[in-house]
Amino acid sequence: MTPLKERLVQLEVLRYNPDTDTEAHFQHYEVVCQEEWVVLDALNKVKADIDPTLNYRWSCHMAVCGSCGMMINGEPKLSCHAFLRDYQGVIRVEPLAHFPVERDLVTAPDDFMDKLKRVKPYVIPKEMKPISEGEYRQTPAQLMKFRQYSMCINCMLCYAACPQYGLTPSFIGPAALTLAHRYNQDSRDGGRKERQEVVATHEGVWECTFVGACSEVCPAHVDPASALQQMKITSSIDWIVEHLIPGGKP
Amino acid sequence: MSRNPLVRAVPPTSWFFRQPRYLRYMSREITSIFIGAYCVLLVVGLQRLSAGQTAWEGFLLALRSPASIVFQFLCLVAAVYHAATWFNATQKAMPLQIGENFVPGNVISGAHYVVWILLSLVVLYFAGVF
Ligand code: SF4
Ligand code: FES
Repeated sequence: MTPLKERLVQLEVLRYNPDTDTEAHFQHYEVVCQEEWVVLDALNKVKADIDPTLNYRWSCHMAVCGSCGMMINGEPKLSCHAFLRDYQGVIRVEPLAHFPVERDLVTAPDDFMDKLKRVKPYVIPKEMKPISEGEYRQTPAQLMKFRQYSMCINCMLCYAACPQYGLTPSFIGPAALTLAHRYNQDSRDGGRKERQEVVATHEGVWECTFVGACSEVCPAHVDPASALQQMKITSSIDWIVEHLIPGGKP
Repeated sequence: MSRNPLVRAVPPTSWFFRQPRYLRYMSREITSIFIGAYCVLLVVGLQRLSAGQTAWEGFLLALRSPASIVFQFLCLVAAVYHAATWFNATQKAMPLQIGENFVPGNVISGAHYVVWILLSLVVLYFAGVF
C-alpha cells in the first residue's frame, strides 16, 4: 500500500464569539493533513492540535446527518464531503450564509425549523382507517413519484445558496417547500389543501424566481428547484379553476 | 453561554456578484428588458399601420436603419437565450413519469426545441422567406 500523502493546508476560518465580539473576523490556521482528507478533517485537526476553542457542528462524517454545512470558498458545502484535493491555496471557511451566526461556524437553524413545521411535513391520511384494516399500501410507481423529494437531509445548503432567502428571510425556502411537495405527491396523503395555505403564497412558492442555486448545491440531489416549479404550476391551475371557472373549486 | 447571534447582512444591490451562478441568473432576467422593448416596437408598428400607408412605410424605413438593425439583432440574441433557459427548465417543471420511470429530462426539453423550430419555420414560411 502506498503511504498517504501529506500536505500543509492553510485555512482561513471565520470566528465569532458572542460573549466578547461585536463582529466576526478571520483566523488563519496552518495544519498538516492527508491529501485524502476532507475539510472537516482539517478542522478536527485544528481543534485537536492547535485551537480547542474553534466551534463547528458535525456528526456522521458521511454526508448523511446534514449538520456540517459551511461556506467553503464561498460555496455552501458539507464539510465532510469537501475533499482537500479539490482545493488549492488558502481555503476560506465560513458559517452557512443567510443564517445568524451563533458562534464561529455554528449557525442558528431556528428559522428553518419553524418553516419545516409550517408545511406539515408528515402524511395527513386521505381517510383514517382503523389499524385492523391494515396498512396504507403503495405501488413502486407511486413511491417513485415522490422518492427523490424524500431524500433531503436538512442540511440547509439550499437556503445558504438561495439569494431570495438571503434578501427576504420570510421566504419559506427550498427544502421546506420541497418537503411539502413530497407529501403532496404521496398517494396516501390528503393534506395538500392545508399545505397550500403556506405553499401558494408570496412567502411560499411565489417568492421563488427560479435562480436554481438550491438544486446546484444540494448534496442529496433532491432538486428543490424542480419541486417549486411544479408547485407553481399546480398552484396556478388551482387559481384558474377557482377564479375563471364558474363554480370551480381547486 | 449567552445567545447573541450575529446577522451577516446580504448586500441588497450587489449580491449577484457573489457567485457566477447569480450572474447567470441575472443575465437571464435582463434579457426580459430587450423582450419588453421589442414588444413596444411591435405596438408602435401597429399604431403606424393604423395611421395609414405613409406612416407605415416610414416605419418600415426606420426599421432598416443601422441602429434599428443592431437593436433587433440584440433582441433576437436575448430572446433566443431567454427561450433556451426556459426550454431547459421544462424538464424540471414538467416531469413525465411512465410506470416507475421518468422520461429523461433532455427528451422533454428536446421536444420543446423541436416544436420551437417547427413553429419558427411556419412563421418564416408565412413571412415569405421560402
Ligand atoms: S434540499 Fe438538499 S440542500 Fe436543501 S436541505 Fe435538503 S438535502 Fe440539504
Ligand atoms: S458530518 Fe454528517 S453530513 Fe457531514
